[in-house]
Amino acid sequence: MISTVAVLLWGLAALLATAVLAGAVSRRAFATRLVYGTALVISAALLVTVASHLASNSGEVSAITLPLGLPWTGARFRLDGLSAFFLIVVNLGGTITSLYGLGYGQHESAPHRVLPFYPAFLAGMNLVVLANDAFAFLLSWEFMSLASWALVMSHHRDEANRRAAYIYLVMASFGTLALLLAFGLLAGPAGTYAFDAMRTAQPGPLAAGAVLALMLLGAGSKAGLVPLHAWLPLAHPAAPSHVSALMSGIMTKVAIYGFIRVVFDLLGAPAWWSGVVVLLLGGITAVLGILHALMEKDLKRLLAYSTIENIGVIFASLGLALAFKANAMPSAAALAFTAALFHVLNHSFFKSLLFFGAGTVLTATGERDMEKLGGLIHRMPVTSFVFLVGCVSISALPPFNGFASEWLAFQAILQSPELPQWGLKVIVPAVGGMLALSAALAAACFVKAFGITFLGRARSAVVERTHEVDRWSLAAMAVLAVFCLLAGILPGLVIDGLSSATLPLIGDRMPVQAAQPWLSIVPIAESRSSYNGLLVFVFITISASLAAFFIHRFASHALRRGIAWGCGFDQAAPAAQYTAASFAQPIRRVFGGFAFRAREAVDMPAPGALEPAHIKVDMHDVAWETFYQPIAGAIDFATERLNYLQFLTIRRYLTLVFLYLVILLLVLALWP
Amino acid sequence: MAVIFQLAVQGAQMLLVLLLAPLLIGFVRKVKARLLRRQGPSLIQPYRDLIRLMRKEVVLAENASWLFRVTPYLIFAATWVAAALVPTFAAGLQFSWTADLIVIVALLGSARFFQALAGMDVGTSFGGIGASREVMIASLAEPAMLLIVFSLALVAGATQLSTVAAFMGSPEVGLRVSLGMSAIALVMVAIAENARIPVDNPATHLELTMVHEAMILEYSGRHLAMIELATFLKLVLYVSLISCVFLPWGLAHAGAGPKALALGAVAYLVKLAVLAILLAVFETAVAKMRVFRVPDFLGAALMLALLGTLLLFVSRSL
Repeated sequence: MISTVAVLLWGLAALLATAVLAGAVSRRAFATRLVYGTALVISAALLVTVASHLASNSGEVSAITLPLGLPWTGARFRLDGLSAFFLIVVNLGGTITSLYGLGYGQHESAPHRVLPFYPAFLAGMNLVVLANDAFAFLLSWEFMSLASWALVMSHHRDEANRRAAYIYLVMASFGTLALLLAFGLLAGPAGTYAFDAMRTAQPGPLAAGAVLALMLLGAGSKAGLVPLHAWLPLAHPAAPSHVSALMSGIMTKVAIYGFIRVVFDLLGAPAWWSGVVVLLLGGITAVLGILHALMEKDLKRLLAYSTIENIGVIFASLGLALAFKANAMPSAAALAFTAALFHVLNHSFFKSLLFFGAGTVLTATGERDMEKLGGLIHRMPVTSFVFLVGCVSISALPPFNGFASEWLAFQAILQSPELPQWGLKVIVPAVGGMLALSAALAAACFVKAFGITFLGRARSAVVERTHEVDRWSLAAMAVLAVFCLLAGILPGLVIDGLSSATLPLIGDRMPVQAAQPWLSIVPIAESRSSYNGLLVFVFITISASLAAFFIHRFASHALRRGIAWGCGFDQAAPAAQYTAASFAQPIRRVFGGFAFRAREAVDMPAPGALEPAHIKVDMHDVAWETFYQPIAGAIDFATERLNYLQFLTIRRYLTLVFLYLVILLLVLALWP
Repeated sequence: MAVIFQLAVQGAQMLLVLLLAPLLIGFVRKVKARLLRRQGPSLIQPYRDLIRLMRKEVVLAENASWLFRVTPYLIFAATWVAAALVPTFAAGLQFSWTADLIVIVALLGSARFFQALAGMDVGTSFGGIGASREVMIASLAEPAMLLIVFSLALVAGATQLSTVAAFMGSPEVGLRVSLGMSAIALVMVAIAENARIPVDNPATHLELTMVHEAMILEYSGRHLAMIELATFLKLVLYVSLISCVFLPWGLAHAGAGPKALALGAVAYLVKLAVLAILLAVFETAVAKMRVFRVPDFLGAALMLALLGTLLLFVSRSL
């Protein structure tokens, strides 16, 4: 009997073989169909394998050691509850993205730069989740980063894309360095790189704190935690849209997997202040991410910034889980942890859906700038409907899935007054306020995203000529829309499915929800809080249908088309509509002062003068200017100073080498 | 039998809020008119308005999409479901477990989401101005409301509105600073959410000052009737919410007999009338503020709610 993890590894080998094959045939016409079709089949097979493993023997661990990699260590792989959950997220995303790619890939201008790396990227993400020693983990992590970097570079003739890819490469290397150091600390003096050994060894408080900080740097930079997020809104939109969906919807989740694996699993019992750090970072990330998203007029960049917000929400829940775990409150910790994992799943659904939608808009119109779109609802009815579903879900509105996980997170926050530490008592309500603020701002952001792109009148001529895209893309988006609704109205089933990931790490799980009457979710007790997405959905449907029925039975049916009211002027130009910038202006006036140091200046001509007035808005990316520019400046300064070392004579080089040798020997001699 | 009775109570509440909503608006308008020494329209004028609107034809803007035509029903449904989950004269409703206070807030958020989208659908600047200001107001009012919910939930140990109402009616509540802060914040949020003076003026059609009215400017006929009814319902919802949480006297408890229910109904009507008079007096006494002063007003509500929650967190260990 071959073990499940071996089956999975064979699947991944097949994906890698597809990548090689794609490299060979990528310039042929049939290559697109072949690669995405194969990736679709393999991802679906992996998904089925993991799901059946979970269903038949949930909680059972399946491990294998391959004689690969370094000769004396080998490469270990392991499948447990946590990795099974993340494998489902990865492969579900991979399956649907490949389905979308079958259609979207046909419009690709340079398929030979995308096709070989796409299956490799999928395989890399799978390998990270399966890895069971530091060597395999880091190798897969770098492989995943490089494959996605190659995909970001696929349209490399665009200067902006090259810059995005460069910043991404620098940040990815920096993140891997942090991870390498973290694993070095975990391995201890004995240098055991297997996760099983790290799990039993308990690092001291100082080392544990350093590992947490390094994980926040390493995994946090990949996930997009503020202030390490700067690369994300550049790189995610630069890739082809289905790869953007994978990077935003799935790869950030792999980073979260890495964080959970180390901090919750390998690091042992957490200290209470680790919860404070993660909570605060999560809350700040959520608010700043969505504020940046609100200021965007590029649809794909808006979505990338909104990913940062959702990562913040997930990290805030994880921080709460850490705080509860440190204080031996396992049931509350299980609630917070489940909320985080549920949001991981939900975000992978709706963010992929929204990026697919942005991709179809891009194919149909060639535009990512919302201020040149508008009125697409008349031209692309199916795309606009599924995009609307995605917007409603991501805005945390009932009965869709985003609300269910947000609701769980709020319930977890309400458990926290029992926490004994004062630091947590002050931080938790503040972070709760930040999460509430980011949820409200997310709704505003997606009113803008949908309203400016799909509603109103067309702002450019290209929109008038667009039409609906191919069936593959529409099918992929429809599947995701259905998932968004299902996870929203049947949250109890999802929560029960998450228990096998929660139980080994937290030591507890949420109560079984499937047994609740009418499929409600009840985190603690029914008298305290309960939510039934299914009934809310049914009630809204019934009352809307009742209202529609009564209106159509008893009220007037007459309907006439007329021109819209324009204060007596008709045929106002479409440019007179609200734009993305003007829509966000009130919110910029409220929050822009502290978030972006925004300043507005109006240049008003003298009375009677004929030149137009101008408004000038001055906005700053505070994280970029505070952290990145000084560091880049310091590196520039140092390299400039050291540059002259490049042009020395051979005698001077020999002197330098000799001096270095002397210093080394002195250090050795003086070392105690 | 008991279940049928419970269902009847639930159904009665749903119908009650629906039927009472226009009357409450008519009453507020009447009181405001009397305060200005005008005669004012009759109490049942809102009903007449609704019926007249339903009989009229719909004039749809040329660019309006299917979303514009579906939205009135969605807004009405979401608001009605939310209003049906707030106890009016009896707590312990049959379906109170389907949704707690957080869900009620979020349902109103859904209604607003679609309303703002509908405002942008026609493609005029009025819809845009309304939608953009509405989401700005909501981006502060919604977190304030959620923090108020947190405070109530921490005091009562539940987010379930029936449990909260029952707890607030019991003697163990006592006098708490944080509840006072929440009450003030809730009133401020309610004023903003219902587009009342000083945040918005429900009677204006002056372009530069309107928020809510700008979003629904293109609606007419039966569509407008649905939206107006939803607006009325929202006022009833907030007044019921304030009265069941902060004025819980006379509220019939779960499983109460007909006598207690009748008493609860009378008490509810009295509370509605008192709060409506207070609203009318307040609206007559203050002036509408500039749009960019609204964030200060709502920021104060947000800070009050946050302080209330913080106090509760901190005082838990004392």
